[in-house]
Amino acid sequence: MSNILEIEDLSFRYPDSPRMAVVDFDLAVPEGEVVVLAGPSGCGKSTLLRAVNGLIPHMYSGEYKGSVRVGGTNVRESNMRELAQKVGFLFQNPENQIFMFTVERDIAFGLENLGVPRQEMRTRVDESMRLLDIGELALRAPHELSDGQKQRVALAGVLAMRPRLVILDEPTSLLDPKTAAELVGLVARLRKELGTTFVVVEHRLDLLVKVADRMVVMNEGRKVLEGTPEEVLFGEDAESYGVSVPSVTRLQKMLLRDGLVQNRGLMTPAELAGAMDGGPV
Amino acid sequence: MIEFREVTFVHQNGVKALENVSLKIEPGETVAIVGENGAGKTTLVKHVTGLLKPALGTVLVDGEDTTRTSTAQLSRKVGVAFQNPDHQLFSESVEEEMAFGLRNFGFLPELVEQRVTWGLELFGLSEYRKSSPLVLSGGEKKRLTLACILAWDPRVVILDEPTVGQDSIQKEKLAGTIRMLSASGKTVVVVSHDIEFLWPIQPRVVVMKAGKVVGDGPASRLMQDRGLLDSARVAQPQLVEFYDRLGSRPAAPFADPLEARRWIEEGHRS
Repeated sequence: MSNILEIEDLSFRYPDSPRMAVVDFDLAVPEGEVVVLAGPSGCGKSTLLRAVNGLIPHMYSGEYKGSVRVGGTNVRESNMRELAQKVGFLFQNPENQIFMFTVERDIAFGLENLGVPRQEMRTRVDESMRLLDIGELALRAPHELSDGQKQRVALAGVLAMRPRLVILDEPTSLLDPKTAAELVGLVARLRKELGTTFVVVEHRLDLLVKVADRMVVMNEGRKVLEGTPEEVLFGEDAESYGVSVPSVTRLQKMLLRDGLVQNRGLMTPAELAGAMDGGPV
Repeated sequence: MIEFREVTFVHQNGVKALENVSLKIEPGETVAIVGENGAGKTTLVKHVTGLLKPALGTVLVDGEDTTRTSTAQLSRKVGVAFQNPDHQLFSESVEEEMAFGLRNFGFLPELVEQRVTWGLELFGLSEYRKSSPLVLSGGEKKRLTLACILAWDPRVVILDEPTVGQDSIQKEKLAGTIRMLSASGKTVVVVSHDIEFLWPIQPRVVVMKAGKVVGDGPASRLMQDRGLLDSARVAQPQLVEFYDRLGSRPAAPFADPLEARRWIEEGHRS
């Protein structure tokens, strides 16, 4: 499988910042993976994302070394217009990216900017609304929607551009648990149906680790851990880097240590309780 | 300290954000407000700060009716860290951001200096003292707004989604700060979806749904009420759910969910 994202030896420093935000960073993401990016606040996650979607160096200047390639194209050497079609970006707060009078106009906004022909635009907007199951909201005003619905509208706008890589920046942090679970389910479905690659920055891991292929942990601008969610979360170091290991996973790790459960796959509270049945007392 | 008497509030678009809410928070209490998006949590908080005034009913803060008090007067007593820190930060440097409020409240220059240093150290922001708040990460900005508020020592501290963008180490510190505030007699109100963060603090929990208070009681009791939590779309803490599902199975080396948590903490330290 080819890599949709290749970051090689990337370093970046903002002009007025006392230290490097990203240092000697390498990452290769195969097409179709869901990758979770975690790490303490201020570790450089947001800077890394900006270097992938092109905001760095096209909007934020600074000291830049190394390279970022999306679908084989060097981000530094291409323009924002080209990048907008390759990388979709969903902000933490959907309010920051929906602003038109109706939902469908909002979803079409990015396509209008690219000068996509009307017929093609109609097709893509309808397809996005169908994928996210928001067809009945087409003519509603975005500001009247619930937070979960706004998040879907913003994501529909991103998908209408048909990006191969979608970046989600703490997509569930403002959502209640039920709405958050729906969003994570959606990520799993889109990956399966469209083969879209997702890079997700998230502190809240309880839901996401179930659908992720890989976890990458950053600290002080560097990549410090990389592996499957099981490897990273059951490992020794995750918590010292501020990764919010779900409490049920911490419990499972202790029960594994003491031989009270045997299953090494990540379990939900109900599954873990069930697994306690046969164990020794 | 805070009292809502049959408060109703209707948004301009006709949506009832609060419906007949009565709630009394005593001085020194730590209260968590939970509920799904749009349940009315932030609207409730805005009534305490006087940013919103009730359509019907009365809101009293420290015995004073918010409709007869200016937001400036209220802000001396009630410090709020809102969900989106970008709405609160506007100065050229991190230290100026902190000093601004203190000077406005008439603190003397030496005291301003002292409080700024204290706040930046407490929240791990000292290295950014001279930097623009704009270079801070989302999580750091949230900590800065909190530092600004604690610096002027209000009697009521309100935190709206304080854990968004915070890693587990910062969350631990934040939980410690909340315990410290509550031990020093502050009234603390935390609005959050982050049940895993709230539960170990064991606050009084107020559950909201569609503008109404549908549950009110200690965390130890409310967090076990799965029917109530489900209907309000609030998650159950994982360890409480585990313990619940464990039922009568004898295999666990602990007696209740809080003890399980202590066991985990100790195990991870040893």
